[in-house]
Amino acid sequence: MTLLEIHEPGETPLPHAGEGSLAVGIDLGTTNSVVAIARDGTPAALHDETGMALVPSVVAYPDAGGVLVGDEARALVSSEPRNVVASIKRLMGRGAADLHAVAGVLPYEVEPGTGETDMVKLRIGGRARSPVEISAEILKALRARAEAALEKPVERAVITVPAYFDDAARTATRDAARVAGLEVLRLVNEPTAAALAYGLDKGSEGLYAVYDLGGGTFDFSLLRLEKGVFQVLATGGDTALGGDDFDRTIAERMLDERKRDGLADQIDETAVKAALSLSRHMKEQLSDRDQTSGRLEVAGVPSFHTLTREEFDAMVETYVARTLEISRSVLADAGMVAADIEGVVLVGGSTRVPLVRTKVAGMIGKPPLTDIDPDEVVALGAALQAEALTGGGDTLLLDVTPLSLGLETMGGIVEKIVPRNTPIPAQLAQDFTTYQDGQSAMSIHVVQGEREMVADCRSLARFELLGIPAMTAGAARIRVSFAVDADGLLTVAAEERTTGVAQRIEVKPSYGLSHEDMADMLYDSMDNAEVDMNLRLLTEARVEARRGILALEAALAKDGKLLSGDERAAIDAGRVRLETAMDGESRDEINAAAEALETLSKPFAERRMDRGIREALSGMSMGDLESRVGE
Amino acid sequence: MDHFARLGLPAALDLDAAALDRVYFALQRQWHPDRFVSRPPDERARASAEAASLNEAYRTLKDPLSRAFYMAGMAGVDLPGDGKTIDDPDLLMEAMEAREALHDADTLDAVDKLAAEARQDVQKALAELASLFLANDRGAIRKALLRLRYLDKFAEEARARRMNIDRSNA
Repeated sequence: MTLLEIHEPGETPLPHAGEGSLAVGIDLGTTNSVVAIARDGTPAALHDETGMALVPSVVAYPDAGGVLVGDEARALVSSEPRNVVASIKRLMGRGAADLHAVAGVLPYEVEPGTGETDMVKLRIGGRARSPVEISAEILKALRARAEAALEKPVERAVITVPAYFDDAARTATRDAARVAGLEVLRLVNEPTAAALAYGLDKGSEGLYAVYDLGGGTFDFSLLRLEKGVFQVLATGGDTALGGDDFDRTIAERMLDERKRDGLADQIDETAVKAALSLSRHMKEQLSDRDQTSGRLEVAGVPSFHTLTREEFDAMVETYVARTLEISRSVLADAGMVAADIEGVVLVGGSTRVPLVRTKVAGMIGKPPLTDIDPDEVVALGAALQAEALTGGGDTLLLDVTPLSLGLETMGGIVEKIVPRNTPIPAQLAQDFTTYQDGQSAMSIHVVQGEREMVADCRSLARFELLGIPAMTAGAARIRVSFAVDADGLLTVAAEERTTGVAQRIEVKPSYGLSHEDMADMLYDSMDNAEVDMNLRLLTEARVEARRGILALEAALAKDGKLLSGDERAAIDAGRVRLETAMDGESRDEINAAAEALETLSKPFAERRMDRGIREALSGMSMGDLESRVGE
Repeated sequence: MDHFARLGLPAALDLDAAALDRVYFALQRQWHPDRFVSRPPDERARASAEAASLNEAYRTLKDPLSRAFYMAGMAGVDLPGDGKTIDDPDLLMEAMEAREALHDADTLDAVDKLAAEARQDVQKALAELASLFLANDRGAIRKALLRLRYLDKFAEEARARRMNIDRSNA
């Protein structure tokens, strides 16, 4: 079930952690991640002691304990494959159905989401871990790298996401940053960040395309650059298409070759990982040679495989063709043709594949721009935006929503409220009405996607508006408003307007992660962390607790009369216990007291909500949960 | 505040696209949430709302067709909801014939020719619409807008048909 957070209007957001600390740009990639910083408009990727900017997005939970990220984690693939996880970005905000198998075997042991969560979990290092938790480890490592390189605390970041990431994946990315102790200044779309890196560097003007083919995602965006304004005109993509697919195709072929040669393999997770790892290596080799070969070992039995560029091109051609098809429809969305494009920027390691370069050049009719390292360009752009957001700056990024947002109406048809490529922030509303006489409830189902039928779109949230006053069909006016913020995150509100009472129910989809999960992750990170981490978490717990108290205060001031004397006393006592805990140094005590207070005030919150709706919609009778589009 | 007033532009069907961009960018420089990242929550909320209103105004006025529909609303023209039956027999006939022609078009060139004709019709209808607005002839505006809506849909269908042909050629 999807977890819905009901927010207090005017709630106090988190204060800025560590004003004045450094803000970095992070490209949290499927295959590799990069952290960069910009000073005076000049961005630079941060390197480790050996001069490497790329951190492989690989996390390991070794038998010996602790957590490893990057090359060190990757080094454990052969000795402890069950403790190593790669390409976790593909699962951000996703369910088990989104996983790809090789030879019918998944590279991970999967635990379907339980209870409130539908995000898939992986059994890694002997424990079920969510993609958010695993991504947070990568972010922590990047943050540590930045702090080591800059010799200053780093608490704020601009993090990039594929433009085509849906609301669930964006929320998951934000959550991961939070677990890693980073305040997200802004989620910026990867192609936009790449354009930023190019535009500021070159002072380019005109229409530019960004073709971004990474390990697991593809994005194509069209931007207009004009005097420091980066206006995204249209964007499109596929969040499950990338270099990983190339690797998988090669791996399948190698395993088939073994079968053909009479090797009776028991394909398990270890074999799949070894085949994928070799495939990636061979693919990379083919970027500057015509033929390559490799040795695969499954359960101690070796086999030798060769692959020519020509064979490889034929194997991945359908994937490349799909990227071109998406690119053409983005152009059509913007009402442009390829000839209008001044230049196309290539982003992502997979654009090193020669076939990709040839095909993109063919489509646009110009050689692509590759002067900035395609692996670093996104992080550099993010760093520029981080500097602009913290130090001021004259650049303006005007981005769009990648996917349409809408509601389910009669017969499972989607009514689009926010069409794709709408500039953000956006606030759009539509009135709906009742379908039957006396209908007292309306089920509101929020979906994201381009298809006409709900079943083909991604479900974001469901909630019910109850207590609609008894009216003839079509008389009620239920206004549903969609607000998409500058991070591309959605809030939905519904109100009944005939009664004119401004009570609103705000719903933020919050996929896959329950509060308990989030708390568990924060606890876990504490187990392995050092003193400063403990401090940060303690501070965060205090801030969270303070926020809860403020919200409760506001609610009590307004609707305190809904409580009996005993109930009120219990809540007040709970609040005193929380305040006492906040004065102490134990985060566990604060969290426990905060949870206890939440439990105590839960019936109050429910009563307030019931009453609010009832007030807005007085004089009612029960009916069917059906809705239809208003006139 | 109507969208024209929000952007400080005259309410005219014939809007200078470059001027629209200019004022929109200037106002977004002032209100975009990126400018308010380290401001107090109430200021950030206000900026976000302003930026959203600007985006809505820009999006509505940028496209000539949506601008025309918006102005019709301002002029009090009553338009049936999208997807409702067409009550204009001439338009009905035109739409049926065009759809048949599109259905029969089986080459890219043939589809492109139909799409180009539709685009020309849109331009012509928009040009005529300007004088109808000046005369505030609501009946004629309504008729012209319904035809424009249909022409726009037709262009969309032509695009889909083009992609289908393209795909089956590939």
